[in-house]
Amino acid sequence: MLTIKDLAVSFQARRGQVDAVKGITFDLGKGETLGIVGESGSGKSVTSYALMRILDAGGKIKAGDVTYSGVDLRNATESEMKDIRGSEISMIFQNPRAALNPIRKVGHQIEDVLRRHAKATNQNARQKAIEALKAVKIRDPEQRYEAYPFELSGGMCQRIVIAIALACDPRLLIADEPTTGLDITTQKSVMDLVSDLIRDRGMSAILITHDLGLAAQYCDRIIVMKDGKIVEAGDPLSLFHNPQHPYTRKLVDATPREGETIRSLLPEDMRVPLLPHKIEDEPLLQVINLTKTYQGKTGPVHAVKGISFDVKKGQSVGLVGESGCGKSTTSEMLVRLLDPTKGEILFNGESISDIPAQKFGKSALRRDIQMVFQDATDSLNPRHTARQTIADPLQRLGGLSGVALGARIEELATLVGLPHSLLDRFPHQLSGGQKARVGIARAVALEPKFLILDEPTAALDVSIQAIVLNLLADLRAKLGISYLFVSHDLHVVRLLCDHVIVMRGGQIVEQGPADDVMTNPKDPYTKELLSAAPKPPLRRVVTQP
Amino acid sequence: MTQSTPQTSTVARQGMLDHLVYVLRGNPVTLIAFVMFALILVAAVFGPSLVPYDPLASDSDHVLEAPSLQHWFGTDNLGRDVFSRVVVATRLDLTISVAAVALSFVIGSVLGAIAGYWGGVLDAMLNRILDTIMAFPLFVLAMGIVAALGNTIENIIYATAIINIPFYARLVRAEVNIRRDAGFVRAAKLSGNSDIRILATHIFPNTLPPMMVQVSLNLGWAILNAAGLSFIGLGVRPPTPEWGILVAEGANYIVSGEWWLALFPGLWLMIAVFTFNLLGDGLRDIVDPRKRT
Repeated sequence: MLTIKDLAVSFQARRGQVDAVKGITFDLGKGETLGIVGESGSGKSVTSYALMRILDAGGKIKAGDVTYSGVDLRNATESEMKDIRGSEISMIFQNPRAALNPIRKVGHQIEDVLRRHAKATNQNARQKAIEALKAVKIRDPEQRYEAYPFELSGGMCQRIVIAIALACDPRLLIADEPTTGLDITTQKSVMDLVSDLIRDRGMSAILITHDLGLAAQYCDRIIVMKDGKIVEAGDPLSLFHNPQHPYTRKLVDATPREGETIRSLLPEDMRVPLLPHKIEDEPLLQVINLTKTYQGKTGPVHAVKGISFDVKKGQSVGLVGESGCGKSTTSEMLVRLLDPTKGEILFNGESISDIPAQKFGKSALRRDIQMVFQDATDSLNPRHTARQTIADPLQRLGGLSGVALGARIEELATLVGLPHSLLDRFPHQLSGGQKARVGIARAVALEPKFLILDEPTAALDVSIQAIVLNLLADLRAKLGISYLFVSHDLHVVRLLCDHVIVMRGGQIVEQGPADDVMTNPKDPYTKELLSAAPKPPLRRVVTQP
Repeated sequence: MTQSTPQTSTVARQGMLDHLVYVLRGNPVTLIAFVMFALILVAAVFGPSLVPYDPLASDSDHVLEAPSLQHWFGTDNLGRDVFSRVVVATRLDLTISVAAVALSFVIGSVLGAIAGYWGGVLDAMLNRILDTIMAFPLFVLAMGIVAALGNTIENIIYATAIINIPFYARLVRAEVNIRRDAGFVRAAKLSGNSDIRILATHIFPNTLPPMMVQVSLNLGWAILNAAGLSFIGLGVRPPTPEWGILVAEGANYIVSGEWWLALFPGLWLMIAVFTFNLLGDGLRDIVDPRKRT
């Protein structure tokens, strides 16, 4: 149905041409779901943009053929492409909020595409739009028709985007990272919905994702891309059980799943034994009935409703929950950027919640409690080099300067595995993994006793996530830091943490030793979280005949 | 750090130079603007020693002569060389506009940064004050200020600065506000920076790229404003050469056919303003580290 032959795409950049896709060939059969898996920069999205002919300015198809049901998409005129887009081939984008017009009712946005492809008249457009909303299982479609995107949750917005994509009954659906940024339970419901719709309507689909586990669960066939080339293709099971290409093996290894240890995420040659970390019985941090209430427009908003837990010296605690559960508010209070409404935080037996967040910067305890932020890009000052960023806490709180400062920065760079030559680069000149390392180096610069990790790997590719998680495990053993690892991904938390706390709606629903919670969850919500995570096939050692 | 500083700074300087060359090569308009800006600067700095005649010396033998090889822009009613007067006036006009823009940049940035960072009552108060200033017709306000304070060059500078403050304050306020809760600001708090240090070293430098566009446009506008005030007889007084006065004096002679008296100072003024307007985009690209690769 879709044939791509030797497709090459290049972009005109500041320093000459950049080849994003370097000659790839694949077919897509009728009713088949194909997964394109690769890390950022692998050219997986560019491939789909090229076949829809929606490349950014400066990008062009250099060579190759794209044929869809006998139509040559590469040489089709723009008006022919406009008829094909939406009615024959549809696309779901990564960020549903950005894909929707923020000041237009969602119902009208569905009508627009129906009218464009003459699938509806003015008389029946509304009714057809409501049918489209029903198809994506939105409750109360008549009321949702009148909603604006900002009134809907991320998962709802993605359903609307899917409704728009499927409104004209396309025969091929391209989903470009459709669930990135969504909660894990929402991810599951969105992906289940998409796969049901694909099956019911007999459509073909291309799922573009960085998550090999997700692709394995929903696709019939997977293509692995790296640096604009296809390195391996095959069905999910054989890809997992017997990866041929070293890169595929690396990706398979780095995908977290049951029964793995943190070291087995790394390629085999990097698996040095993990140093044990010592957990003492004494509590380092005690949280007692911590509460945060905001004054909202429609009355008080209870972000955190009185939670209590302990973190022992040297212990790593995972704080798990979905967006809006209060885990970020909790971590902001613990790191003393935010004042709690009620409750106490004891650090080494000393109450730190009495010191207002405004004044905590001058407290002697400031250097003991640090944080690694979620978005490495956002947490680095765009005008500061890596060196300046790491120097900041050392100068302000450590009182270092001159040669001692320079030496300490280089020591830290070595500790987090950042080449010294990169220290004089600005954040935009660093890769995602390198930015994460700079952020970690800054946080551990003063050897804090307690470090909050706010989803430090959420924005990273899996192979880099594997390296960062291992780096964190090594640092814990070397420096004896206690971690509070905030995440939505239970599989990742299990790898790093000794103890797990599950939060929902501002309350703790379950807590206990990590293995207990993971293997024998008691609360239904924990069970739901666990079952929602994509289940990649388990690794099986295939002995050579 | 000290050991690597010399090396680092040469690398940084090298990078800056490369970047400058890149920006200029990528955008010919910016290149033209920079060349014209350089010419204006030369005229401002060396003008008085470069011009062929004394701008104040009258010559009764050559009154109201049309442009010729001796007098490129002709002569005025007292026989003074118009070209010399126009070139010499560059320094005064540039000084007024640069001083006024610098003042409004500093005051506006401080006010805007405070309002944007702390918000609340302070922000609301500042905004109302700025609204009040902006509610006046700005040129009329400048006229009023100069008339009230007295007819001096300093007062032209103050007047021009005051009417420009709201633009800087609002721009900085918005730019600071969107970065107030950014990750790198929270990280800076964890590193023990005080609020003022965060504002000055972390947030404010990030607001510079759009500010540069504003500064450049504003320079041109401030020149026009100063010339305008002189044109209506406020501020700089004759016989000091100043573009606004030159145009005002020349305007009287247009009806009698001596067009060069008003045309050339006006043209020079236009070119100067045009240069600053073109300069903005280039300046922004130069101060933005993200444009460097």
